Amino acid sequence: MDDAPLLEIKDLHVHFHVYGGILRVLDGVSFVVHRGEKVGLVGETGCGKTTTMKATLRVLPMPPARIPGGQILFQGQDLLKMRDDRLRRVRGRGISMIFQDPTAALNPVFTIGQQIRAVVRHSTEKRLSRSQIHDRMIQPIREVALPDPERMLGSYPIQLSGGMRQRVCIAMALVADPKLLIADEPGTSLDVTIQDQILRLLGRLVEEKDLSVILITHTLGIVRQLTDRVYVMYAGTMVEVAGTEELFRNPLHPYTHGLMEAVPRLTGGGVSDGIPGRIPNYLHPPPGCRFHPRCPHVMDVCRQEKPGFYRVSGDHEVACFLYRDKERSA
Amino acid sequence: MADILTFNDLKKHFVIGQEGFLRREPITVKAVDGISFAVQEGETFGLVGESGSGKSTVAYTTIGMYRPTTGTIRFRDKDLFADKKRPLALRKQIQIVFQDPGSSLNPRRTVAQILALPLRLHRPQENVLQQTAQLLDMVELTLEYMHKYPQTLSGGEKQMVAIARALATEPSFVILDEPTSALDVSIQGKIINLIMRLQREFNLTYLFITHDLSLMRNVASRVAIMYLGKICEIADAVEFFRTPYHPYTQMLLASIPVLSEEEEALKPRKTVSRGEIPSPVNIPSGCSFHLRCPRHMDICSVVDPVMVEVEAGHSVRCHLFPPS
Repeated sequence: MDDAPLLEIKDLHVHFHVYGGILRVLDGVSFVVHRGEKVGLVGETGCGKTTTMKATLRVLPMPPARIPGGQILFQGQDLLKMRDDRLRRVRGRGISMIFQDPTAALNPVFTIGQQIRAVVRHSTEKRLSRSQIHDRMIQPIREVALPDPERMLGSYPIQLSGGMRQRVCIAMALVADPKLLIADEPGTSLDVTIQDQILRLLGRLVEEKDLSVILITHTLGIVRQLTDRVYVMYAGTMVEVAGTEELFRNPLHPYTHGLMEAVPRLTGGGVSDGIPGRIPNYLHPPPGCRFHPRCPHVMDVCRQEKPGFYRVSGDHEVACFLYRDKERSA
Repeated sequence: MADILTFNDLKKHFVIGQEGFLRREPITVKAVDGISFAVQEGETFGLVGESGSGKSTVAYTTIGMYRPTTGTIRFRDKDLFADKKRPLALRKQIQIVFQDPGSSLNPRRTVAQILALPLRLHRPQENVLQQTAQLLDMVELTLEYMHKYPQTLSGGEKQMVAIARALATEPSFVILDEPTSALDVSIQGKIINLIMRLQREFNLTYLFITHDLSLMRNVASRVAIMYLGKICEIADAVEFFRTPYHPYTQMLLASIPVLSEEEEALKPRKTVSRGEIPSPVNIPSGCSFHLRCPRHMDICSVVDPVMVEVEAGHSVRCHLFPPS
């Protein structure tokens, strides 16, 4: 692995200014993706996974969103300070994204061909001939194993099934040969057998093209299947990061632990009660550790101070005071 | 155990349009196309299927939102569709909890008003306020919730109110149509355990509809798998997860993302998901699964297989298991 990370998010804060006040949605999120690495970002609805990625691509609506602090370094350059025209070259060619709902991601009134052509044109400064454009359109459609590519180009999204639409979105994301692919819940809106196909396709393409990937999901099983390293998010903060195998073998943060317990297992044995309480209101987030009102191990310090990241072993770090004294220097 | 609800060759077809110029032919969706099974008193019967398999149509027909095209549903020897309008006494017995509590609760009514409606209709002689309080207590909500509106509740709390509403009529049979799939996993457990506790306390029978097989493993006593309007496999839950016979069942199980090696070992290894779910307007000939089936034979595209009991209580509809 290269020593300089491909993407490094440092202490990112995102606030939304709304009628009732300021929603402190991201509260100091840090995140690293190395070249060729597959990183998972796990958390439940509303924990800020998508906000983090939208901030990275600078597609958050501002206002109401504001970024009062933090850096997002992509190949060493701060995306938050980048000029718009240069940023446009990063989007698509540097970083591209696959969204959860392929139906909403495609424009219903244009054919697949028209939509891919726009991406192909945008993917390079060079003037391409008609046949070059055509080749660059067909190539990614073949790669995602869509049947009959020529006919596919003339189809409208409504003529395709959900699984095929997601394949089209993946093809579009790959047109410009990005370095980093952000996949936001790529299979969630699909049936489980179709989701399995999409995830295996994604896994294969990532291997073949040596892409770096951020996989955002709330399904722990998917992360286990596809990633090397996992970040766990809760209520706008990172709570734990570890190698995938290590995390599933030895989840340390009480939230991660509760989350894993809550997943019904194929081996049976009943379902745990899950985690009591609900995610906090971002208008008045709890002081100290944002998880403390729901935590079974809460201590006085948790209510007052925000925990730092404590390294417990090689690449396993956890933001919880329970592990402050167990910290080891790696 | 006695059967409480019996489906006999139930079909529900919807006409969605017409095609042809000179001779207009109706276009039909065969949402449910001949299913037969019986739910036993006190059990949790799991109905599993992907979108478009017809599992929700089964639910809606059972509660009387649709009338069957052909076939019958019997509730303790009473035909649910004998009368033009289902009698109140029968409606009271069969209740439903919908998937999305955000849209199944009226946003303009308080929790107390939502719960009072079925109470007034089905239990007019009782004290509504007292019963409302009791219902809230049953689903572990405090009395403060009475005057709240649904939009101020979390997803889990809304679903608790929906469960309380279903139980307001003192039913014996409750249909749970994906009761937790709109919720986060950390909330799901609490709702599931509440549902299971209520079943023990009030001796309820459940028809539990879900697409989540891992969840099914933990709640159901028996499981049926639906594909394009038909049941392809029914078995006792333990047996079902140990030896799934139907190639579609194996494909479903092989597709589940799991958290541990122990679970990985339970998944059929050779089966890999392929193909798309066909449109229910254009169901393939013969066995509707044959286009995706890794083990399809010549006969599969021509003849629709019949349900065969392979072992006691374990039936499969597949040509690999011919009737003897």
